[in-house]
Amino acid sequence: MKKPAKARVRSARGPRINRVPSPAIALSVPWVSIVIASMLAVVVVIASTPLMPPLGFMMFLAWRQLRPGLLPVWAGLPLGMIDDIFSGQPIGSAIFLWSIAAIALDVVEARLPWRNFLTEWLLAAGMLIAYIGGSLALANMAGAATPLWVTVPQIAISILVYPLFGRLVALFDRLRLTPFIELR
Amino acid sequence: MAPPSNRRSGFSRRAQYTTFFGYAVGVLGAFVGGVLLLVSIVSPDFFSGLRSGGAAITEPVGGATARTRAAGNSVFETIEGYATSGQRVAKLKRELAEARRRLAKSNAISEENRRLRALLKLSTEDTEPVAVTRITASSASSSRRFATIGAGASDGIVRGMPVRSDLGLIGRVLEVGRGTAQVLLITDTASQVPVRRDKDSVAAFAQGRGDGTLQIRLIRLGINPLKVGDTFVTSGSGGLFHPGTPTAVVAELTRDGAIARVLADPANSSFVIVESISTLQLAEQETASDEEDGNTQPPQGE
Repeated sequence: MKKPAKARVRSARGPRINRVPSPAIALSVPWVSIVIASMLAVVVVIASTPLMPPLGFMMFLAWRQLRPGLLPVWAGLPLGMIDDIFSGQPIGSAIFLWSIAAIALDVVEARLPWRNFLTEWLLAAGMLIAYIGGSLALANMAGAATPLWVTVPQIAISILVYPLFGRLVALFDRLRLTPFIELR
Repeated sequence: MAPPSNRRSGFSRRAQYTTFFGYAVGVLGAFVGGVLLLVSIVSPDFFSGLRSGGAAITEPVGGATARTRAAGNSVFETIEGYATSGQRVAKLKRELAEARRRLAKSNAISEENRRLRALLKLSTEDTEPVAVTRITASSASSSRRFATIGAGASDGIVRGMPVRSDLGLIGRVLEVGRGTAQVLLITDTASQVPVRRDKDSVAAFAQGRGDGTLQIRLIRLGINPLKVGDTFVTSGSGGLFHPGTPTAVVAELTRDGAIARVLADPANSSFVIVESISTLQLAEQETASDEEDGNTQPPQGE
């Protein structure tokens, strides 16, 4: 006798009924993706001028904008620490700036609750300018003497690339919540 | 889209406390960052162990990407080569003729040099490389210019060793981990290299400008003797760098010196050579380590 056809709804990503997402994956994906982005910024290019967008910070920003409240406000403390270890900035600079960015983002969102693509991008652009400028200022306090104009191309690239990070985070978010563990 | 309302804690005491402590710890995080920042400004070496650990984690990935980077570079060069081949052949022919003349001259000079050295009983100072390795990572998103190389204390590398590629000077070792080392590139604004013009001995300092070029500051001020295209090599004074390592080519003149391009672009160097510290320095190195530190403030203006 042939196998009975199971009453199962199949979507493009496999069966979904009677399944739940893995809580471990659902919780860890934002953190892991930010750490990986921090590490990638260092190994992909050997640059003789700061050109690489701050990938870790952009991923952090994108997660906080797309899913406010998923990462706690204090997430900048551990994640910034990891970014500092790799980035070549004086240790503490990302911890400081990411924490402030998270709080600032919450304050802005409380004031401007309505959101669309353009305002989100504008807000992120402001954040990126402040972050890259702030990183430069902190690095200069720790002994360098880099002029501000050196970072202008980096700021431009970061702002232009940021919407792609929004897309990437949206993709990760869908994967994160894909139900695949069967309930019995 | 309206904002999600899940951040409203409502009447639940637990939710209110969670939100409150979240913000409290967030503010605390900013403070912790500020304190760590102060520590790393006051004593830059305090976290070197942490950074070396991080470098060790990215080293395997960096090693792999170093190979792909080399391949990628050659692909672009090949494409570019097709576009400019005609001009280039003509130019190369001219240069070859010039180079033949120079070669004959240089053979004569090196012969004479050998004879004079024998007369003075000087031994030739060829330096054995301490390690040959790859650049595995660089601070591409920071305004500082650091790189990580895939060799460390276990290969005999100590702090202060000069790092060069086959084309010229790249930087010097700043922090040493077990299997990796951090290199302060000469393009960092905190790096100063004593240099001289290769054909005579116009002495200068080459300080990084943070954008891949160097500021050449002449030691003796007066009429600027430099011309576009002049080549600078390390002078070896101070004893950290070996004399005669090619460093930079003048690209643009300024009032008190020049802006120069770096000869050895770390992005194009598939392998780098770590050299021993020039011998003069060894005695002073322990005492004067603060001055060799990449994180000290460079002298401002002149």
